Amino acid sequence: MKACVIVFPGSNCDHDAQHALSEVAGFQADFVWHAETDLDGYDLIMIPGGFSYGDHLRSGAVARFAAAMGPVQEAARRGTPILGVCNGFQVLLEAGLLPGAMLRNAGLEFRHDWVGLRTERTDTIFTSACEPGQLLRMPIAHGDGNYYADPETIAELEGEGRVLFRYCDEAGETTPEANPNGSINNIAGITNERGNVLGMMPHPERASEMILGGDDGAQIWRSLVAHLEAVPVG
Amino acid sequence: MNNYRVKVTVRLQPEVVDPVGATVEASLHSLGFEGVSGARVGKVVEFALAAGSLAEAEKDAAAMSEQLLANPVIEDHEIEVTEAVTRAPA
Repeated sequence: MKACVIVFPGSNCDHDAQHALSEVAGFQADFVWHAETDLDGYDLIMIPGGFSYGDHLRSGAVARFAAAMGPVQEAARRGTPILGVCNGFQVLLEAGLLPGAMLRNAGLEFRHDWVGLRTERTDTIFTSACEPGQLLRMPIAHGDGNYYADPETIAELEGEGRVLFRYCDEAGETTPEANPNGSINNIAGITNERGNVLGMMPHPERASEMILGGDDGAQIWRSLVAHLEAVPVG
Repeated sequence: MNNYRVKVTVRLQPEVVDPVGATVEASLHSLGFEGVSGARVGKVVEFALAAGSLAEAEKDAAAMSEQLLANPVIEDHEIEVTEAVTRAPA
């Protein structure tokens, strides 16, 4: 199985992502420079965290025009799994692969901490290894993670079960106190309609081995591997 | 080609919560300006643009705003295009 990590100027979680994909998940994981125009043959495309193009104008606003985003759009249409983490989520929103937008965190603080996440669905390619409602712990590190979409879009996401993760407390309650950034409905991660594109603010690649303080993020890699092993690769 | 000045003002849509505006408002209150309400923070992008006509400059500026300068999911934008003042030869 082959995965790639798209590298933009200013990406800074690319090596963590490549390490988790290769050493923990077992992918052959390549770095792919943003100028690349051919992403054929990859079974998983990851857009990593960081500050692509300095987050100038808006987070992800410039990265979405990178040459590599053309083949990412095509891969998304073909059904290839695509995971955007943190800045990668912001890029997917700007690129229109996921609905909504990120606002500055409520309170304006850059939040870096471990957060609780409630797994809302386990019948997806990203969460099949989780127990229903499983609580996961992962780190966040962002200034623009305040997920916003208009009420119709939120109703659509909720109605179609496209919210995969919500910020929650230790009891699994999605309280305002457990919401680190003001996101609507404590939303931490959403998918596209087809379910092959996931954007999430928490960092599974930073929580894939116990030496990092937790390995709950590896559940996402296990889910993806199970999915890819079950379908013809190509 | 003529030279034009373009000014694009980008604002969060009125129904979108503005954490930056709320913080500015609270800061103004703490400075004693208690009458302040409804503070919103946007941004202004200004640049020179060479184009064949005013209409063409406006069309280009609209395309730039829609594709990059503003995110239509959360932001509105206003475009002002004016003829650049050309300096008289020395």
